[in-house]
Amino acid sequence: MTDATSQMITTADGKPLKAALAASLAVRRRRAFLLVAPLFLFILISFIVPIGQMLFQSFYNDTFSKNAPALVEWFSTHPEGSEIDESAYAALAADLALMKKNRSAGEAGTRINYDVSGTRSLFTSTARGADKFQPPFKEAILKVEKKWDDPNVWRAMRSASSPFTLDFYLAANDLTRDETGKIVPVAEGQAIYKKLMGRTLMLSLEITALCLLLGFPIAFLLSSLPMRKAMLLMILVLLPFWTSLLVRTTAWMVLLQSQGVVNDLLVWLGLIRDDHRIQMMYNETGTIVAMTHILLPFTILPLYSVMKTIPPSYVRAARSLGATSWTAFRRVYLPQTLPGIGAGGLLVFILAMGYYITPALVGGADGQMISNMIAMHMQKTLNWSLAAALAAELLAIVLIFFWIYDKLVGIDKMKLG
Amino acid sequence: MKKLLILTTALVATGYAASAQELNIVSWGGSYTVSQVEAYHKPFTAMTGVKINSIDADNPATPLKAQVEAGNVSIDLADIELSDAIRLCDEGLLEPIDPAMLPPAPDGTPATEDFVPGAIQDCAVANIVWGTVVAYDKTKFPGNEPSTLADFFDTTKYPGKRGLLKTAKRTMEMALVADGVAPDKVYEVLGTDEGVARAFKKLDSIKKDIVWWEAGAQPPQLLADGEVVMTTGYNGRFFAAEVGEGKPFGTIWDGEYMDYDLWAIPKGAPHLEDAKKFLAFSTDTQRLADQAKYIAYGPARKSSNALIGMYKDGKTEMAPYMPTNPENMKNPIWTDPTFWADHDAELAEKFNAWLAS
Repeated sequence: MTDATSQMITTADGKPLKAALAASLAVRRRRAFLLVAPLFLFILISFIVPIGQMLFQSFYNDTFSKNAPALVEWFSTHPEGSEIDESAYAALAADLALMKKNRSAGEAGTRINYDVSGTRSLFTSTARGADKFQPPFKEAILKVEKKWDDPNVWRAMRSASSPFTLDFYLAANDLTRDETGKIVPVAEGQAIYKKLMGRTLMLSLEITALCLLLGFPIAFLLSSLPMRKAMLLMILVLLPFWTSLLVRTTAWMVLLQSQGVVNDLLVWLGLIRDDHRIQMMYNETGTIVAMTHILLPFTILPLYSVMKTIPPSYVRAARSLGATSWTAFRRVYLPQTLPGIGAGGLLVFILAMGYYITPALVGGADGQMISNMIAMHMQKTLNWSLAAALAAELLAIVLIFFWIYDKLVGIDKMKLG
Repeated sequence: MKKLLILTTALVATGYAASAQELNIVSWGGSYTVSQVEAYHKPFTAMTGVKINSIDADNPATPLKAQVEAGNVSIDLADIELSDAIRLCDEGLLEPIDPAMLPPAPDGTPATEDFVPGAIQDCAVANIVWGTVVAYDKTKFPGNEPSTLADFFDTTKYPGKRGLLKTAKRTMEMALVADGVAPDKVYEVLGTDEGVARAFKKLDSIKKDIVWWEAGAQPPQLLADGEVVMTTGYNGRFFAAEVGEGKPFGTIWDGEYMDYDLWAIPKGAPHLEDAKKFLAFSTDTQRLADQAKYIAYGPARKSSNALIGMYKDGKTEMAPYMPTNPENMKNPIWTDPTFWADHDAELAEKFNAWLAS
């Protein structure tokens, strides 16, 4: 018996048991990996890579530097504060000629135009005759376009001469550089992103709070009703959840607009006068109402799944031990629903932060969110780098809230269903 | 990096393969594409036997740009806006167009003189001219109908909510013209800080009454719902509501904002020769006049105006609804794509800051 421990345990065919076990586990691991491989690849290709590329654009933009090699060279040999002399204009002339040849003046000018408005046409119009410039280049170029004298244009070109830049993050925070390169706030009438970011945060928090407030009683009712009735109620929650987002948003438009159902009803009841209809749409109110409704199922479902697992005997026990119904709810029931509140709240908050279609349709002027600006820069001004910088900030804020949640509640306690 | 991103977009955008004897034409969809299919595509296929695949896009310039940059072009021809036509041409993504390939007018006037000014670009040729105009609900102003852009901003004389496009482009120019700036001076004024402030001041005067819209389908809807009594919008959409659906709408042609839609051929188009043939065919005098039968957008050729007949319902004369009708074109604002290429980002930020304030 004593030498049995030193003797190797083998399988029936004589292989060491340890190795046989490892081999069979490896096969299972490989099989498991192969099973998830399609999903993993899908997520990698359709999610992680595009998002990574997009975020990369927020600090990498080579549209100027790749089209202006001579200027890039000049800026690298002449440090900040150097006089813009003939050699600089010679480099500019060489690059403009190259841009004419490659038809890239518009592309390069667009990059500088992000920084100094009105410079895109400066590039395209000067490049048109660029192959005919003769030294002295400074004189020749200034004769065509006086605006090349502007130190701001040269400061912007220096900044754009490196493809890696923080310019877009500055712009996303309503900052810019002055002629000497110092970071300063943009003109008052142009500052917009910080304000919208703050509003997006506020709106998202308000909507989250509303969803929890409205969703909690519904989830409680769902979990305490008998099965048949609960099912019927559940369908009422799920039906709108399965309905298209656009349909639900437009339904709210029909209800809330000033000639809409709600206003008509109030007028008919004599509560308001016909010419004093309440503006409930195309403002912040419209955004909050429609988004709360659309996001409500995301709080109800996790709350319901958590409440379902709480035995009613706990509250009964608390009551029998002398707790008032309020104390029993506060000290016994509520703490047990915390994982559901956390999951539902976080889910709604994150979704609300990035919401786009609903505020675009019912938001009017003061119900806009930062995502509407991102969409504008993606589709209209085509400043994808700025859109990426704004999106990166949005992502960072969501991650910060995620971290706070983890510290306060613990992510392992989250229950999604 | 960007290449890769564009490549993935292009791959998604092009699920179809190119083959001989067909053309892939991308346009904006809806009744606009229908008008092109009826007036251009069907007769072209009947004449040449070339099959045409009509593809819809939110903005045809987007897939075009993505495909050319990725080097995987399946689009032969795209219907794009003027600002995009100029930008894409600047970036070298479009085939240059030789005006000599365009057929002359029936009376022999060369194409370069027959097209309205600005309609023939280096890499694109306009097929239609469309207007952004103000439409109003006739029932709200009996006996006292508004007739000028200034009336749109006068809420004492014409009380009620106003619909306005939520972009700096068009809205700011129309505000300046309503404030008394001559249409041909509008970009000169808008290029200065004082001009921008002046436009915002004009918009401020009605700000509390504005309902903002973004999609072209919204203005006729807002007007029909009674949500606004007057709104800016695209003239073709108002026509469809007024004539097609019999809504009691009236149009203010004063200060109409003129834009083009143009045909452009991407660099590396798989059927370059057929695309050029189609471009010349579809922009001849008769074809442009034919299109006006299906939609109320003006032909880009002057000679087409005389050939415009009835709407497809057979009883509505089209001419009074055309943005290019001399009767309507008394005080037009012609869009300036160079100005917008320069100031788009700056004015968009200022406009949004003004909106949020």
